[in-house]
Amino acid sequence: MEYETVIGLEIHVQLLTQSKMFCGCSTRFGAPPNTQTCPVCLGLPGSLPVINRRAVELGLRAALVLNCTVQPTSQFHRKNYYYPDLPKNYQISQYQYLEHPPLGTDGHLDVEVDGVRRRVGIRRVHLEEDTGKLVHPEDGTVSWVDYNRSGVPLMEIVTYPDLRSPQEARAFLLKLRQVLQYAEVSTGRMEEGTLRCDANVSLRRPGEPLGIRTEVKNMNSLRSVERALSYEVARQREVLERGGAVVQETRHWDERRGVTFASRSKEEAEDYRYFPEPDLVPVEVTSEWLEEIRRTLPELPDARRDRLMAQYDLSRYDAELLIQTRATADFFEAAVAAHPSPKAIANWILGDLSAYLNEHNLEIDQLRTTPSQLAELVRLVEDGTISGRTAKEVLVEMLQTGEGPRSIVDRRGLVQIADEKALRETVDAVIRDHPEPVKDVQAGKEKAIAFLVGQVMRRTQGRANPALVQRLLRERLGLPTGS
Amino acid sequence: MRELVGRPYHELRPRLGKDFSVAELVEAYLQTLEALEPHVRAYLTVTAEEARQQARALDQRLAAGESLPPLAGMPVALKDNLCTRGVRTTCGSKILESFVPPYDATAVRRLQEAGAVVLGKTNLDEFAMGSSTENSGFFPTRNPWDLDCVPGGSSGGSAAAVAAGEALAALGSDTGGSIRQPASLCGVVGLKPTYGRVSRYGLVAFASSLDQIGPFALDVHDCALVLQAISGHDPQDSTSVDLPVPDFVAALEGGVRGVRVGLPTEFFGEGLQPEVRQAVLDAVRVLEGLGAQVEEVRLPTLEYALPTYYLIACAEASSNLARYDGVAYGYRSPRARDLYTLYSRTRAEGFGPEVKRRIMLGTFALSAGYYEGFYKKAQQVRTLVRRDFDRCFHEVDVLATPTSPVAGFRLGERTADPLQMYLADVYTIPVNLAGLPGISVPCGFAGGLPVGLQLVGRPFDEATLLRVAYAYQQATDWHRRRCPLQMG
Repeated sequence: MEYETVIGLEIHVQLLTQSKMFCGCSTRFGAPPNTQTCPVCLGLPGSLPVINRRAVELGLRAALVLNCTVQPTSQFHRKNYYYPDLPKNYQISQYQYLEHPPLGTDGHLDVEVDGVRRRVGIRRVHLEEDTGKLVHPEDGTVSWVDYNRSGVPLMEIVTYPDLRSPQEARAFLLKLRQVLQYAEVSTGRMEEGTLRCDANVSLRRPGEPLGIRTEVKNMNSLRSVERALSYEVARQREVLERGGAVVQETRHWDERRGVTFASRSKEEAEDYRYFPEPDLVPVEVTSEWLEEIRRTLPELPDARRDRLMAQYDLSRYDAELLIQTRATADFFEAAVAAHPSPKAIANWILGDLSAYLNEHNLEIDQLRTTPSQLAELVRLVEDGTISGRTAKEVLVEMLQTGEGPRSIVDRRGLVQIADEKALRETVDAVIRDHPEPVKDVQAGKEKAIAFLVGQVMRRTQGRANPALVQRLLRERLGLPTGS
Repeated sequence: MRELVGRPYHELRPRLGKDFSVAELVEAYLQTLEALEPHVRAYLTVTAEEARQQARALDQRLAAGESLPPLAGMPVALKDNLCTRGVRTTCGSKILESFVPPYDATAVRRLQEAGAVVLGKTNLDEFAMGSSTENSGFFPTRNPWDLDCVPGGSSGGSAAAVAAGEALAALGSDTGGSIRQPASLCGVVGLKPTYGRVSRYGLVAFASSLDQIGPFALDVHDCALVLQAISGHDPQDSTSVDLPVPDFVAALEGGVRGVRVGLPTEFFGEGLQPEVRQAVLDAVRVLEGLGAQVEEVRLPTLEYALPTYYLIACAEASSNLARYDGVAYGYRSPRARDLYTLYSRTRAEGFGPEVKRRIMLGTFALSAGYYEGFYKKAQQVRTLVRRDFDRCFHEVDVLATPTSPVAGFRLGERTADPLQMYLADVYTIPVNLAGLPGISVPCGFAGGLPVGLQLVGRPFDEATLLRVAYAYQQATDWHRRRCPLQMG
């Protein structure tokens, strides 16, 4: 019997602001514990929150790129619950009240998997503050709290249950990350925790109402989202096929064992006693403000792909790859600006450079190599200073050390030998040392000439100009030298 | 120098640096404080040394020929729910007994920048919840006019300090009457500004949508001086309003000719002590004699104000007080064993019974299934109360009412019945619900205890309130009476 998979996502995104949601403390990651705090984010008695206008702006940007209806007036609420990482024992958040709406509602984002396009509904986009972090020392009977993260701006994005497979969920997250990066709203990196995702999963017979869902948590990468959801779908199918019933519960993904398991905490419906935050006035979004934000929205991925194709005469395939992340497209365009050879630069970025990034699990904006250095490398190949083969080596060294290509080429003496007289001696030596292949060539087996070219390249440590070597060999062996 | 005590600051100021120094003025108040404090118990913390240092510094500036700020050398007291950097701020609660804030409340900072000298932190009902200061987690404060009576509350310590000559002026906070009611009971002037006029930053929250900081003073002129110093927009409080602050002292003059004074019928009904009623009506007659037009108005929502207030105030309090959990600061139960008992025992041992009652009430009002019927309904009624006032202010410029239904009550008289205690604020609470400015000025005596006249004005029209109150004081001398205790 066929089941239909139904998935909805709840995503938390850390906003790219310098300061926290309700105070001026820095959002910088990795500072010593409790050094980025003040009375407000520590929830000290008497302190009051003040809305970070920049965070609202980024929230509005996100609402716009997700095609949401932006609410002209939105309200913050208090979500009341006790936990030691929450200094006030309430979180300032937004809530889906009709009379107190969140920042944005009812948007959508389109994703495509295997040529199937799906419109995924966005239920709401809202802003809230992050909590602190509990630290449990291995041996101790105590726990510590680090409030550096307390009050960091978060945006929550909740989708409708419109996704139909774990692959679609992954594709949605990729696409979401992409548009948020383009809109400069967030870095959206699951590995660094700037994008976190929980999923509601259920199965149903096609056409029937939604089945009982489980909430899957603790997925720390795009890959683990796809794996965890695939596991959960299979688990629920097995339960249903056995004639059992899915239990509504929260399940944690165990990355190492590759399973989801029910959390031990007892499942009681928590009552958060939401009510409008009396310390804050409602957020008023004027149409002028919204227009200003719309007008200053950076170019979005689809538009950029089309422009790259038109402006640089790239294939749709290459353009699509280049715009995967905004940083890659930026790198490409900066390099082309330094040396107008778009096709070659695209090939380098999508080829050797991407391979290096994958191998070292890096993002392009984490490189020490600059776009203009890559541009210079391409120019060195094009003007014959180095061979393509040498360039590949030079690139790896550039990426490893951050040194410029010219400096590497000069220091290591990699300039291509284009001097006929110098090469002629090597060519003669190779002919002398390899009588058999020479015979083959002269007997008409022209392919054997490649071996001889290779020998010359070897003796020159790859610095010889291969075209020149070919011509000299043919001359010496009395073959036609072509055009 | 004892003769300096009990005189309003605006009278002393021209003599400052000529007839006496700041140090002498401050010393006179510290001596009175020392002499009377065993009887009154207005203070939780006295900062005598800091006050003396500050006084000496001001005298040095005087000697150097500097012109001093408007409140230079004014000896003031601060309600102990206002954060003071480096000085413990208890909120009258065991749970914050040792809490020392790392920052000053905006109103405190502004008062100090205006030159006021802080003598100490005054007693209050725990977290400002109460009307008699008997709910203090430490000890009750007494009414300087009759030591067997309460000073009112929750800012009872501040009101008693000013009445006893233990401070020349003071700051309190008013959520449902906590400045005006004790001002009435102690025979001093107390003003609750419009919600948003004074920054709440650093005021430990009881009910955020109702709390407002305001002054206690010997007369309306001093009250205007202090209000001037603490008013104005503060970027650290989003609910403080960015409106120009008028010159309140300049606004005092002008009289009441043509001013329309409304008497809301509902405020003169059942439960009002006859002598209080008489004193207030006499005061209204004085205003009439000065040229004011007096007319009756209706405020039919008055009867719903009390329950509405207790739902909203308790709901907000239940959330505001959630942070006192023993985790990062304040009291932590030594009997805590795990996270749950850390919370439950800390809060069970740290909070007093009235605070617990209100936390439970508020938690209930916000709970799923009850929110619509209680909290939301209360917000709707609050809107109706506001509209009632709006309508009145189409007809009149200020409202005149009793501040408190009774001149006072004895210690222990109402502690057994919370509802009786809540009724002490029945005339002040609607003003907070509507966010309006209100002032209480002394207007007579009943059974030896002072009686207060409450004047209520339009939003951000403290100037008119002060002008009417000032005209009244120019024509009467109730505000010149000092309690027998102070007179020695």
